[in-house]
Amino acid sequence: MEWVNAVVQGILLGGLYALFATGLSLVFGVMRLVNLAHGDLSILAAFLLVAIVDATGLDPWIGLALVVPALFVIGYVLQYGLLNRTLAGGELAPLLVTFGLSIILQNVLLEVFTADSRGLDAGSIETSSIRISDQISIGWFPLVTFIVSIVLLSVLQLALSRTRTGRALRATADDPRTAQLQGIDNRRIYALAMGIALATVALAGVFLGMRTTFGPAIGPARLIFAFEAVIIGGLGSLWGTLVGGIVLGVAQTVGAQISPGWGVLTGHLVFLAVLATRPTGLFSRQVRQ
Amino acid sequence: MSGELTVVRATTASRLGAVAGVAALTALATVPFWASAGDMRLLVEALTLLALAQMWNLLAGYAGLVSIGQQAFVGIGAYGLYYFGDKVGVHPFLAAGLAGLAAAALAIPTAGLAFRLRGGYFAIGTWVIAEVYHLLAVNTSYLGGGSGVTVGSAAALERGTREDGTYWLALAAGAGAVILVYAVLRSRLGLALTAIRDNEEAAESLGVDLVRAKLVVYVLAGLGCGLAGAVIYLNLLRIQPDAAFTVNWTAYMIFIVVIGGIGTIEGPIVGTAVFFVLRELLSGYGTWYLVALGGVAVVVMLAAPGGLWSLVQRRFDLRLFPVQRRLRLPPAPEREANP
Repeated sequence: MEWVNAVVQGILLGGLYALFATGLSLVFGVMRLVNLAHGDLSILAAFLLVAIVDATGLDPWIGLALVVPALFVIGYVLQYGLLNRTLAGGELAPLLVTFGLSIILQNVLLEVFTADSRGLDAGSIETSSIRISDQISIGWFPLVTFIVSIVLLSVLQLALSRTRTGRALRATADDPRTAQLQGIDNRRIYALAMGIALATVALAGVFLGMRTTFGPAIGPARLIFAFEAVIIGGLGSLWGTLVGGIVLGVAQTVGAQISPGWGVLTGHLVFLAVLATRPTGLFSRQVRQ
Repeated sequence: MSGELTVVRATTASRLGAVAGVAALTALATVPFWASAGDMRLLVEALTLLALAQMWNLLAGYAGLVSIGQQAFVGIGAYGLYYFGDKVGVHPFLAAGLAGLAAAALAIPTAGLAFRLRGGYFAIGTWVIAEVYHLLAVNTSYLGGGSGVTVGSAAALERGTREDGTYWLALAAGAGAVILVYAVLRSRLGLALTAIRDNEEAAESLGVDLVRAKLVVYVLAGLGCGLAGAVIYLNLLRIQPDAAFTVNWTAYMIFIVVIGGIGTIEGPIVGTAVFFVLRELLSGYGTWYLVALGGVAVVVMLAAPGGLWSLVQRRFDLRLFPVQRRLRLPPAPEREANP
């Protein structure tokens, strides 16, 4: 029964990983950019909320409504002002610039907020749960996280397929030059994509901060989990990231059930196994170069 | 016509540079006879960082392999030193060499997985594999588990012997890395790498074996980083898995190479100097030197993608390590006579 419980908790954890993975997948899909500061930006969002809560005493849930738009603006400006300049050359420049950003963010957060672990208080929802049986109970908070990730993916999917901006995003992803000929400003589309990605990253970071404690150094691990979810699910597939997140989450909780130190490692090993046997992921619709 | 063209591979600067290089190497080799222990430790650090940076330069600057997982091989080098020195019982200096070979051997299966990914995803993929090595070390009590181990065999050496031997090994790693990259680039493999860098598809169509060329470079880089890692821990003696496998090793490599000049052999030497100057200047301010390094690297990447050395090169056409083949045309009148 405890194994069933591990699987259930893993599925719910997958919702959080999907939140982390969506932005990474979107940005790669639209402008072939791998943002190595992805994880650190989510931790920045969590610390931003900590600072807001500390300064004003605001409820973290209300503060969330400030942090998500703030990260959207940061993403838009970051892409428009800095990262767009790196896209003209090869793949080296965007990688090195985002890696530089990652190290800068980690160390600035370390100097400003110290290495102490911080947490965000989500209220009574953090501890309440639905009891299914003696061994299995589903926490309300992980459940809400999971539902939020499904809603987010649905909204993104709808926005991408139905709206004018969504069409522009997809057109730019397919062929930036032709899209430009149709009057689409690629630089703004890229900035918009990064803005949306960082808004989802803010959600992910805040939900992480409510779920567990965090410090300035854990950003890279979030990037790695997001990346694993994307690759397991299959590049270019939005719903694949949810499946990838769930596979990763289940691997981690089941691994931790075997031996407490083996959770994250089992997740990595499952990822490597998928990479070795199905390098295009479980659900890739197309192989992209 | 082709018979009248001459291929020039050396320049006046490079001949002078070779003389200066031999002189510098000789001077560096005598350091243990006159320098203080503190200065020697600093030089060990600088030479091992230069070796690491040069390896990353070979990977990213020449083979297009942007790895963010080279800390894997630093950590393997560290634990290899402990394993061969303390568990097998060979002399620690020999153990450092064996640790480098072990890192090279492990680079082969690592490449087998990582090479399935391209570009940015290759970068994160190597990072994941480095994390796997890290977590395996953390979970192996035979290797000290999460709290790490002390390299007892090295600590047991007489202090002067250990310091001098470590220094000479560091010098061998640093100078060896420079010479290795230079030799690779002047070889047939170097031509293949240049072709790959310029255009992968075209290189492949001309018969360059892409995978083999990249694999050779990846294994060489594993060897270099493993040896450098072992020497670093001959110096530090205490191995903690979180520190041995930290991504900061790769961050140092990247910042040094990008600031100095990616795709040049001189660049990492310049970058290592900048690294130490910045670190000493900001030594009282915690980790702000890393923020400064990252900031400088980002600015250099955007404003002068060839790094500081490219600015020197553009102005003076100075090449201390000429790896390119230059064609010298015959004098003008001859060309007119023989169009």
